[in-house]
Amino acid sequence: MTTTTAPAEAVRKTSPGAADGHPRRPGRIRRAGLPYLLLLPALLLELLVHLVPMVIGIVMSFKELTQFYIRDWTTAPWTGLRNYAMSVDFNAPVGEALLHSFLVTCAFTVLSVGLCWLIGTAAAVFMQDTFRGRGVLRALFLVPYALPVYAAVITWVFMFQHDNGLVNHVLHDQLGLTDKPSFWLIGDNSFYALLTVSVWKGWPFAFLIVMAGLQNIPRELYEAAALDGAGMWQQLRRITLPSLRPVNQVLVLVLFLWTFNDFNTPYVLFGKAAPEAADLISVHIYQASFVTWNFGTGSAMSVLLLLFLLVVTGVYLLLTSSGSTRGRRRGAA
Amino acid sequence: MTRSPMAPPRSFLWSRRIFLTLLTGFVLVPVYVMISSSLKPLADVTGEFRWLPSELTIRPYIDIWSTVPLAKYFVNSLIVAGAATVCSVVIAVFSAYAVSRYDFRGKRVFTVTVLSTQMFPGILFLLPLFLLYVNIGNATGIALFGSRGGLILTYLTFSLPFSIWMLIGYLESVPRDLDEAALVDGCGPLGALFRVVVPAAIPGIVAVAVYAFMTAWGEVLFASVMTNDTTRTLAVGLQGYSTLNDVYWNQIMAASLVVSVPVVAGFLLLQRYLVTGLTAGAVK
Repeated sequence: MTTTTAPAEAVRKTSPGAADGHPRRPGRIRRAGLPYLLLLPALLLELLVHLVPMVIGIVMSFKELTQFYIRDWTTAPWTGLRNYAMSVDFNAPVGEALLHSFLVTCAFTVLSVGLCWLIGTAAAVFMQDTFRGRGVLRALFLVPYALPVYAAVITWVFMFQHDNGLVNHVLHDQLGLTDKPSFWLIGDNSFYALLTVSVWKGWPFAFLIVMAGLQNIPRELYEAAALDGAGMWQQLRRITLPSLRPVNQVLVLVLFLWTFNDFNTPYVLFGKAAPEAADLISVHIYQASFVTWNFGTGSAMSVLLLLFLLVVTGVYLLLTSSGSTRGRRRGAA
Repeated sequence: MTRSPMAPPRSFLWSRRIFLTLLTGFVLVPVYVMISSSLKPLADVTGEFRWLPSELTIRPYIDIWSTVPLAKYFVNSLIVAGAATVCSVVIAVFSAYAVSRYDFRGKRVFTVTVLSTQMFPGILFLLPLFLLYVNIGNATGIALFGSRGGLILTYLTFSLPFSIWMLIGYLESVPRDLDEAALVDGCGPLGALFRVVVPAAIPGIVAVAVYAFMTAWGEVLFASVMTNDTTRTLAVGLQGYSTLNDVYWNQIMAASLVVSVPVVAGFLLLQRYLVTGLTAGAVK
């Protein structure tokens, strides 16, 4: 790459881009149609699969859409805000269950994202320097992330089995920590089972991103700090963590959105009926729609969920971007 | 990446040793369970859990193909994930090239809109998309619902936003002088893209391809609603082992391992590119 820059440098002086008022970015050539043509496939697909269905979903949330109207959903009668009123009426069963599911999801997301970030960052920082076996360990740590969700989660289902699972075998038979074998996939324990699987599956992504982020920290910073007598821990606090700020801003947001919307993990772990203690919102809405065949209410719940995520994301970006121009740049991207 | 010229203090070395050992255990236990149980006879996985098989058998690996039509699911997954990956990468390269090399109206709107689709809960557009595909099918005769085509279309848009975002970052790191030189040499913009920019961006493109393939290979929600008996993918098919009266855990583990090998092997082979791609692109 370095060999090609020298002749290209000479070319730049005569290139057409330099003349048309873009001296800083000579590569940007204005040509009206081409960029739009290049974007067209992506735009069409996003429209078809994301944006149009989203609009349909919003329209559906204002309709009384039960199984009788599913053949031709446009004929379902309008109900105004009734679906929404039903979803947020926390004294009635539907609203109460939704609120409960929402709170469970919040607690689950905070714990899962926090643990994934903590473990991923710690592992990446500990593996910043070379040591024997580092390459093998790095490959190994990425395995949970690389495994297909259903294959990984189904293994955990086996491990959490009451009679023939590994977890009860170790906790009860081998260590004697519990009086009798516990149920992990039903009842209150299911929350911890879900959290464990989610963290096991999710932390390598944080590891991967933080590891990539660490490679962009200039070595000179550490060398200068070492000359000034800063120890390893001080370097970590003063250089590594502050430098990771912009990376963390995006990482935490992405982890939050993925975890909050996660459907695959609870669905494979618990099947169609999630236990109350681990009733994540995506599965809850899926159930509210497909088990009761009330798609209008399900859509209203989905729209409320989207609004919540929009508000949280907006507030998060505002809070984390203020005071740091690097952060702001990331937030815009 | 070496960091400081000084040797790290003992406290650091010990914390590292303890932390990485515990973490390795946490990561490895399920992997071990998967591998060891796939080599056990059925009696070993229905009774109390055993760390070691009473006898090693490859029987589960033979039976998985007849208990459920695994080969058919495998081929379906391969076609769907493969096609979704190729389309997603090509489309992402076009979009990222446009955004990183051109100034045009609506650029910010485009990037923000595409990225914001990442936050949509899948559940919000599951049913509308289902209705849309059925309606398109009724109106035009193009079967999207229940077909592999519909699933390919859906999956490729799942990986598209993140792929575009990562590739924009990566293309920014490819010197503009390179494609300008190609333009001066008489290549058109597309010639410059394919002859110069794409070869220089291979690590980023490979990273995006790996991501797209994994996304399509592992998705469960849409696969369970949008497929039928002939187009069923592994994500749904694997549940066939546990809906029967007996739960053949040894076969489930064997099948899980078989469906994981292509992605895990590919991922581990290409992970170097993934880290390079992320370093230059997403986290720059």
